[in-house]
Amino acid sequence: MLKINNLNAKIENKSILNKFSLNINPGEVHAIMGPNGSGKSTLSNILSGKKGYEVTGDVVFDGSDLFKLETEERAHRGIFLAFQYPLEIPGVNTNIFLKTSLNAVRKARGEKELDAIEFLKLVKEKAKELKFDEEKLNRQLNVGFSGGEKKKNEILQMTILNPKLSILDETDSGLDIDALRIVADGVNSLRKENNSFLIITHYQRLLNYIKPDFVHVLMNGKIVKSGGAELAIELEKKGYESFS
Amino acid sequence: MRDKQIENLKEYKYGFSTDIDSIKAPKGLNENVIKFISNIKKEPKWLLEWRLKAYQRLKVLKEPDWQKPKYPKIDYQDLYYYSAPKSFKDKPKSLDELDPKLLETYKKLGIPLQEQKRLNGIAVDAVFDSVSVATTFKDTLTKQGIIFCSISEAIQKYPDLVKKYLGSVIPITDHYFATLNSAVFTDGSFVYIPPGVRCPMELSTYFRINASDTGQFERTLIIADRGSYVSYLEGCTAPMRDENQLHAANVELVALDDAEIKYSTVQNWYPGDKDGKGGIYNFVTKRGLCQGKNSKISWTQVETGSAITWKYPSCILKGDNSIGEFYSIAITNNHQKADTGTKMIHIGENTKSKIISKGISAGYSDMTYRGLVDISKNAKNSSNYTQCDSLLMGNKCGAHTVPYIKNKNSDSNIAHEATTSKISEDQLHYCQQRGLNSEDAVGLIVNGFCKEVLQQLPMEFAVEAQKLVGISLEGSVG
Repeated sequence: MLKINNLNAKIENKSILNKFSLNINPGEVHAIMGPNGSGKSTLSNILSGKKGYEVTGDVVFDGSDLFKLETEERAHRGIFLAFQYPLEIPGVNTNIFLKTSLNAVRKARGEKELDAIEFLKLVKEKAKELKFDEEKLNRQLNVGFSGGEKKKNEILQMTILNPKLSILDETDSGLDIDALRIVADGVNSLRKENNSFLIITHYQRLLNYIKPDFVHVLMNGKIVKSGGAELAIELEKKGYESFS
Repeated sequence: MRDKQIENLKEYKYGFSTDIDSIKAPKGLNENVIKFISNIKKEPKWLLEWRLKAYQRLKVLKEPDWQKPKYPKIDYQDLYYYSAPKSFKDKPKSLDELDPKLLETYKKLGIPLQEQKRLNGIAVDAVFDSVSVATTFKDTLTKQGIIFCSISEAIQKYPDLVKKYLGSVIPITDHYFATLNSAVFTDGSFVYIPPGVRCPMELSTYFRINASDTGQFERTLIIADRGSYVSYLEGCTAPMRDENQLHAANVELVALDDAEIKYSTVQNWYPGDKDGKGGIYNFVTKRGLCQGKNSKISWTQVETGSAITWKYPSCILKGDNSIGEFYSIAITNNHQKADTGTKMIHIGENTKSKIISKGISAGYSDMTYRGLVDISKNAKNSSNYTQCDSLLMGNKCGAHTVPYIKNKNSDSNIAHEATTSKISEDQLHYCQQRGLNSEDAVGLIVNGFCKEVLQQLPMEFAVEAQKLVGISLEGSVG
C-alpha cells in the first residue's frame, strides 16, 4: 500500500526527515510516536502533498510514485489526512464543502456523483454515528467550532470519503475522553481488510481504543525503534529519552 | 473634411429609412451629430434641446483625473456616436469563428448554444425562445400597468413620464461622463411601476423586446411609484463581445413613498488579454433617489469584467426613513483595474444605509474601494454601516480602501469596518487534500468570502455568479 524508502526532507535548509523508511500493508494500523520536533507533522505534510519541502527518496503508494501525483490526485486515489489544525474557511457551508469534496473524489474515481438528497442521507447517518451535532453541518466550515468539534469534523470527512490510507496527525490532542472514544470508534468502523491507517500521536491513550499492529518511535527524523502495541506502553512508562 | 462630414450627414438624414444597416453618424462630437441622433430617433424638440444643453455644458467640463487607474487620453473626436445595429454580415457566422477560450468559458458557465450565439451576434434560426417568452411576460406586465420598454420607445409613448424624471437624479450638469451620456445617449431601458404594484417577476434587459445594440452610451430610467416594488437585473455572466472601448452609461432610479427598487448587475465585459491589451473602459454613472418617505433602493453588483471599472452606484436618501444599500463584489485579475464603491447621501431624517464591499485582486491587478457617506445637518437620527473586505491573491496585486465620511449632525451614527486578507496556502492545501483541484479550491474560498453579497442576488443570477467568481480567477494560482 505505502512504501517509504530513505525519505529525506528539508525545509529552509534544515533537515527534518533523515533516511526515513516505512512499509504499510493493506489493512494495517501503524502508530508513529515521537516528541515535539521529531518530524511527525512533516511526514504527514509530505505524504499529503504540501508544498515547500525539499524532498529526496522514494515513496510508492498503491504502485504509483507519490511525488508524481498532485495533492488532489493523492486524495482521489485514497490518501486522507486528518489535519492537526483543521482550517477555517469563512462563508463556506460545511455540508457544501463535504459534498464538493466527496463528489470531486467520486468523479475522479469514475463513480456517480451524489445528488443533494443522497448526500444528505449519507452525511446525516455518519454524523449520527460520530455524535456530531447536525446543526454544525449548516455552519461555516470550522468557523467557531471548538477544538474537539474540528477534530470530529475531520473524522466525519474521513468516514464519508472512505479512504485507503488515513493519516491522523495528532487527532487526539485536545480531545476529552468522550470525544477520544468517538474518534476511535470512527477509525475502527473503517478498519477493513484494505484500509490502512497511519496514526501520529504524542500519547499512548488513543492507542487504548485503536489497537495498532505496529508502533514506531520517531526521533530526529528517523525511526529508532519499531514494535507491536506493547511498545507504546513501554514508551509511556519510560519516556522518549530512553530511546535517544 | 468637416464640410464633407456634414455633407454625409445630410445624405444619411434622408436615407436612413431605406437602408438601416448602413446608418452611421460621422466620427466626432458636435452639434450636428447630436441633432442627427435626435432626428433619427424622432425625438421631441425638448429632448433635442436637453441634449444640446448637455453638450454646451460638456464643452466647459474637464474629464476627471482623480481616479487611481489611469488610461491613455481618449480622443472624443475620433469616436462614432451613432451607428445602427450591425447586420449579421459583419458578425461571426458560427461559433467556430470565435476564440476557443471564450467557448470554454461558456461551457463552464453552462450557457446554452443558442444563447452563446446571441451573445456574439450570430444569426439564430427559426424560433427564438426568448422572444416568445418575452411576449408572454409583456402581457402579464401590461395587465398590471407596468411599463417595461426601451427608452426610445418610452420617449415616443410616455413623453410626460420621461420628461418628468429624465435627468432628475443625474442632472445634465453632473460630471464629464454623465454629461457626455446626456448629450449622445442612444438607447437603454425604461421601467415604470404604478402605485401599489409589486412587479411579479424580475425584470431583465434580457427580456426587453426589440433589444437592439444599446451601444456605448446606454441610458436607463426606472421609476417606482408609491408603494410599488421592482427587482431589475442588468447584464449577463457570459463574457460580452463589444467593439466599443469606452462605455459611459447612465442609470437613474427614482423611488417614491414606500416604494422599493432592487437593482442587480453582473458585469463581465471583455477585460483585455493576459498582458493587459485591449478591454473595455466601464465608466458608468448609477444613482438612485429615494425621493419618498420609507422608500428603499438596493444596489447589488458583481463586477468581474472590463479593463477598467470606474463606478459608484449611489443613493440619495431624501425621504424620511428611507434606506440605501450597496452590496458589491469586484474581482480584478491579470492587469485589470477597478476604482469602485458607492455614495450614500443622507438628507431625510431616520435614514439608514448599509455598504458591504468585497474586493478580490489577483495577478497584477489593482483594486480601490472608494466610498462616501455624507450625513447632512438635517438627517437627524441616521445611520450607516460599512464593511469593506479585501482579499489578495499573490503578491503582485494591490488593494486600497478610501472611505470619505462626513457626519454633520450629532445624533447620527457611522460604523466602518475594513479587513484585508490573503488566501492562505494552508487553506488551499486543505481543500486540495479533500480532492478539489486548485482552481475549484480558489473558487470555493472566494465564494465563501463573497457570500454576504451573493446572497443578495436573485436566485437565477446567484448560481451563475458563483461560477463566474471562480472562472474570473482562473490562472491566478500557480
